[in-house]
This record gives sequence, structure tokens and C-alpha cells, in this order.
Amino acid sequence: MSYFLQQLINGLQLGFVYALIALGYTMVYGIVRLINFAHGDVFMVGAFLGYYGILRFHFPFPVALAFAMVGCAILGIAIERIAYKPLRAAPRIAALITAMGVSLFLEYFTSLKFVFGPNYLAYPRPFKLVTYQVGGVSFSTIQIIVFAVAIALLIVLQYVVQRTKVGMAMRAVSFDKETAGLMGINVDRIISLTFGIGSALAAAGGVLYGVAYPQINPFMGIMPGLKAFVAAVLGGIGSIPGAVLGAVIMGVVETTSSAFISSTMRDAIAFSILIIVLIVKPAGLLGKKGIEKV
Amino acid sequence: MKRVLVGATILLAFVSCAQKQNVIKLGLVAPLTGDVKTFGESTKNGFTVAVDEANAKGGINGKQIKVFIADDKNDPTEAANAGSKLINQDGVRLIIGSVSSKCSIPLSELCETMGAAMITPTSTNPKVTIRDDGTRKAMVFRACFIDPFQGAVAAKFALDNLKAKTSAILYDVGNDYVKGLAEFYRDDFVKGGGTVVAYESYAKDDADFSAILTKVKRENPDILYVPDYYNKVGLIAKQARQLGLKSVLMGGDGWDSPDMTKIAGEAIEGGYFTNHYSPDDPRPEVQEWVKKYEARFGSKPDALATLAYDATSLMIAAATQAGSDDPAKVRDALQSVQMKAISGSVTFDSSGNPIKSAAIMRYTRTGQEYVATVMP
Repeated sequence: MSYFLQQLINGLQLGFVYALIALGYTMVYGIVRLINFAHGDVFMVGAFLGYYGILRFHFPFPVALAFAMVGCAILGIAIERIAYKPLRAAPRIAALITAMGVSLFLEYFTSLKFVFGPNYLAYPRPFKLVTYQVGGVSFSTIQIIVFAVAIALLIVLQYVVQRTKVGMAMRAVSFDKETAGLMGINVDRIISLTFGIGSALAAAGGVLYGVAYPQINPFMGIMPGLKAFVAAVLGGIGSIPGAVLGAVIMGVVETTSSAFISSTMRDAIAFSILIIVLIVKPAGLLGKKGIEKV
Repeated sequence: MKRVLVGATILLAFVSCAQKQNVIKLGLVAPLTGDVKTFGESTKNGFTVAVDEANAKGGINGKQIKVFIADDKNDPTEAANAGSKLINQDGVRLIIGSVSSKCSIPLSELCETMGAAMITPTSTNPKVTIRDDGTRKAMVFRACFIDPFQGAVAAKFALDNLKAKTSAILYDVGNDYVKGLAEFYRDDFVKGGGTVVAYESYAKDDADFSAILTKVKRENPDILYVPDYYNKVGLIAKQARQLGLKSVLMGGDGWDSPDMTKIAGEAIEGGYFTNHYSPDDPRPEVQEWVKKYEARFGSKPDALATLAYDATSLMIAAATQAGSDDPAKVRDALQSVQMKAISGSVTFDSSGNPIKSAAIMRYTRTGQEYVATVMP
């Protein structure tokens, strides 16, 4: 039993990091119907900004986290302005391919020697590691910090989206861009804001990932990005609670299949679940069936 | 203007022709960036020392050696690209490389087809010099021992010296070197009377090992064998200690990097690994080499640098003996070469593998220490 609980904690830790990335995918998709494949790389940039914040500028951990989030929010907005906005009226496939281009650009540009460099870096641990034992289950300060930061950010996001004027505007734009524009909402600003918020969350995910699994490199975003994308689809792309649910399921399924079945089968099992869910519920677990607008 | 250009082109062609006859081209493929960059750096250092020494002594039969270096980023596709660039674009026919087996295997296929002679300094997987059907790749040699030997040495050391009864093994399912070494170690550990309590795989890009390490911790084995490269090992070691795993860590020659203690810190302390040589070896040629290398690069040569030096010296010796840079002749010379190299005396068996001993090393807080030498 304690073994199961331990594995559950491992799975939740991974799941919460996925959730922070998955939110960006789902928010951006919800508002501009674009799968932003560069999102995993924004996550990577976030991890690196956190790294520099802690090591170069000697920021305390919360400041480094905020630094990475702000930096990536700016990056996300810039990507949207430069790469996606000119294509907003173009066919969706054009924007999708541009997203892949941006992703490759971020990976290879940041691996240049004068940017982040192509090498693997050991991530600093900006706090003391203490391991607690509760009834055969051990958890450390790292897990506490990952859970606390992730849950806090999810609550803030939920508040912003559901309770504020900006959030209402975001929901309106996602519901119907043209009509929202006619109601006096500055659609461009709301789209920028969505990219900014999504990227900031990915940056937080990157910093937490670096702290939890202490090694970073310019290509570290590919796999977590892909898994988080799958999580967003699993939960129902476009749905914020869905992304969190999907991510937690992904994390827990991955660790439990490693733990109880076979580590070699892990990804096969995780992706089989995705396929089964999509056969039964094509819109994902919490996704709404889209109304075809004619 | 046009005439001048044509004239210049012809002149250039003559100049490059003239150069071609005066130099012997030697290529190096190594991971100068990426997840095993210290391997590439050390390899390049060893290679450069050997070439500089030979050139200072008048080159190969009076011809200077010209080097061409290509980065494979420790990626099999990049290794094949780097090899084609050297062969097709630069006209190199003698190649040293690559470092990891997963890169040397595609590179060896390429050298076979293109008729270039190749020596890998450090790729230990048997498949580098033999095909899947068991036939020999005629143009390919290596300067290091192979993994069946390395795995056997590690298993024997764990059973006899560490008195281990149980062992867990973690390996990267997509890496020929790691997977091969894990299998050889497992087979020998079981044959020697030990029990393998967990045999778990992960993928190249995995960073979260908490699930499989929690599983290993439940079995509480005496040894945790992780035959991956230093970066991954550092990550796994840290997470293992964080979860409170007490097992002794063991691994292969992929652990040999000055970055290991930086990455893993105290998590790797007390870990054992099998290696090609030790800088503490008292043989005079080793000590002379260590002194020479330290004077130039400011650090002790690791096995990567030493084997690169040996491989390059072998290639140069064979080309000198063959009296040309014709890869087929160099190949025949290599097959019959006998050399007292730094990492042990080298004669090649029929599969292109040298017969050599292994060193057991241990990580301390600040670096490595020599434990024992095991003969084949």
C-alpha cells in the first residue's frame, strides 16, 4: 500500500508539471484554434531562464520563478506577434507548420554557443532538500514545492479566467472572435494575453521540471511538450479543467505502468489509453462537442 | 574579368592538386557538443596530441597529416552525415571515430561501403566491427575492449569483491551500448550465482526515474547497475539517493568524465565502474603520457583521450607501414599491426578487436580512484 502511495506521489509530481504545460496548449487552442507546437520549447526556455536567474543573478527561488515566467510571457507574446498573427486569416495548416518552424528555431537557436549552448547543464537546487517519512511513504521538499506552486498557479488561473473582466473577455473571444470584437473587446490584445499567460505557466513548469529532474538542455522540451499535448487532447482540448485532469492522468498512468507492469511498455500503455478515450469520447474527457458553424 | 576568374580557378585547382600529394588526410568524428560533450573534447585532445607528435617527427613517410574534424552530437543520423561529409566532401579515407557505439555503427556501415578505413577509439559494442549475421566489417577496427568482456568484469567484481547477492539493472532501451552492456552484465551476474531483482528500461529523453527507482528501492538490491553515459547516470544517481536508495552504484566506461562529480555530486560517491585504463597505472609509458597531457591541457587524461591517442597512433603507424594512404593497404597493415599503446599492448583478433585488460575505478567526492586491474 505504501508502495502504491509512493508511486502515486511520483505520478502526481510528473502530472502537475505536465498540467502546467498542457494549460498553454489548451488555452491557445481554445482561443485561436492553433496547436502551438513551439510550446514545449517555451517550457525549455523557462527552465533555462530559471537556471540563469538562480545561478547568474542569485535570485531567491520565488524571484527566479517569476523572472522565468515574465521572460517567457514576453517570448510567447513575441512569437504570436511575429509568427502567428500574420497568418490568422490563412488556412490553419499554414499556422500549424509555422508553429513547427518556430519550435525548431527555438531548439536550434538556443543551442548556439552564445545563447544557451548545446550542452547538458545540472540544475541548481535553490533550497535545502529535506526528506519526510510518513507511514512508509517518503516525500521531499521538491515534491512539496512542485505541488504548492502548481496548485497555486492553477487556482490563480481559474480565478482570472472565471472571475475577472479579462477572463470574461478571453472566454468571449474563444466562444466567437468576430462577435466579441463587435462587443468592444480588443481581440488582438486578448490573444496576446492568452499566449502570455500560457507561456508563463509553461515557464513555471520548466523551472519546476528542472528542480525535480535536475538536468536541462535545449531539446528537453520535446518529450514533455508532446506528452502535455496528449494530456490536453485527453482532457478535451480547449478545456482548462480538462487539461489538468488529462495531465494528472498521464503522469499517474506513466508511473503506475512503470511500477506495476513494465517500464518498457510505459509509453505504449499511456498512448493506448489516449486512443481508447478518443474512440469512446472523441472530444476528450471534459471537452465539449463543437458546434459546426455554417 | 571572366578570364581572370578562369585563370584563378585553374591556378587554384593546381594548387589544391599539389597540396593533395603532400598531405595525408585524417578525419575525426566525435561528439563535440550534446549530451556526452566531454567525451568528444577528450577524444579530440588525444587525437590532436597524436597528430601533432607525428607531424613533428616528419609526418607519415615525409607527408604531413592534415586533419578534418566533424561533430556528430552523439546522434546516429548526425554521425552518418559527418562521415559522408568527411569522405565525400573532404576526400578523407582514414577515419578515427566515433565515440559511442550507436554512432559508430552507422559510421562503420558507411566506411564499409565507401571503402574508408576506420578505427573507433571507444565504441565497445560488438556490432561495431561485425554485422548482424556475424560476418566481419573488413575496414573497421577498434582500440578498446568489447562489452561482453566489460560486462563480465563488472559482474565478477560485484560478486567476488563486493560480495553482492542481488542486483538491479537500469538501461536505455534505445542505445546499443547501454542495452548491450546491460545484457552482458545480467547474463554474467546470473551465471555467477547472483539474482537480478529488477531489469528496467527507460527512453533517451526521460528525466523522471522516480517510478522505476521506487520499484528498485522496494527490492533493495546490493548493486544498482546503470551502464549509461555520465549525464544520465548523474541524473539517475541523484534521484536514487533522493528516494533513499542505498545500493552501490556500478557502471561502464561511459561514466568516465570530469563532469560526473559536477553533475552527480555526492550521489555518485562510492560508485564503481569498469574502464579502459587508469592514469594511476605505474607503467612508464602511461606516466609519460599523463605528464605530457597534463602539461598541455591542465588535467589528467581520461580513458577517452587515451584511447583516442592510441587509435590515432595506430592509424598513423599502419599508414606509415603501408607506405600510402590507400585505405585498403592501411587496413591490411592494421590487421597485422603490433603496438605497445598507452592503454595496453594492441594486436587485433580476427574481428578487429584488440585483446586488452580492464581497470576498475571508484568515484570519490572529488574524482576517481584506481581499484584494480582485471585481465581477460
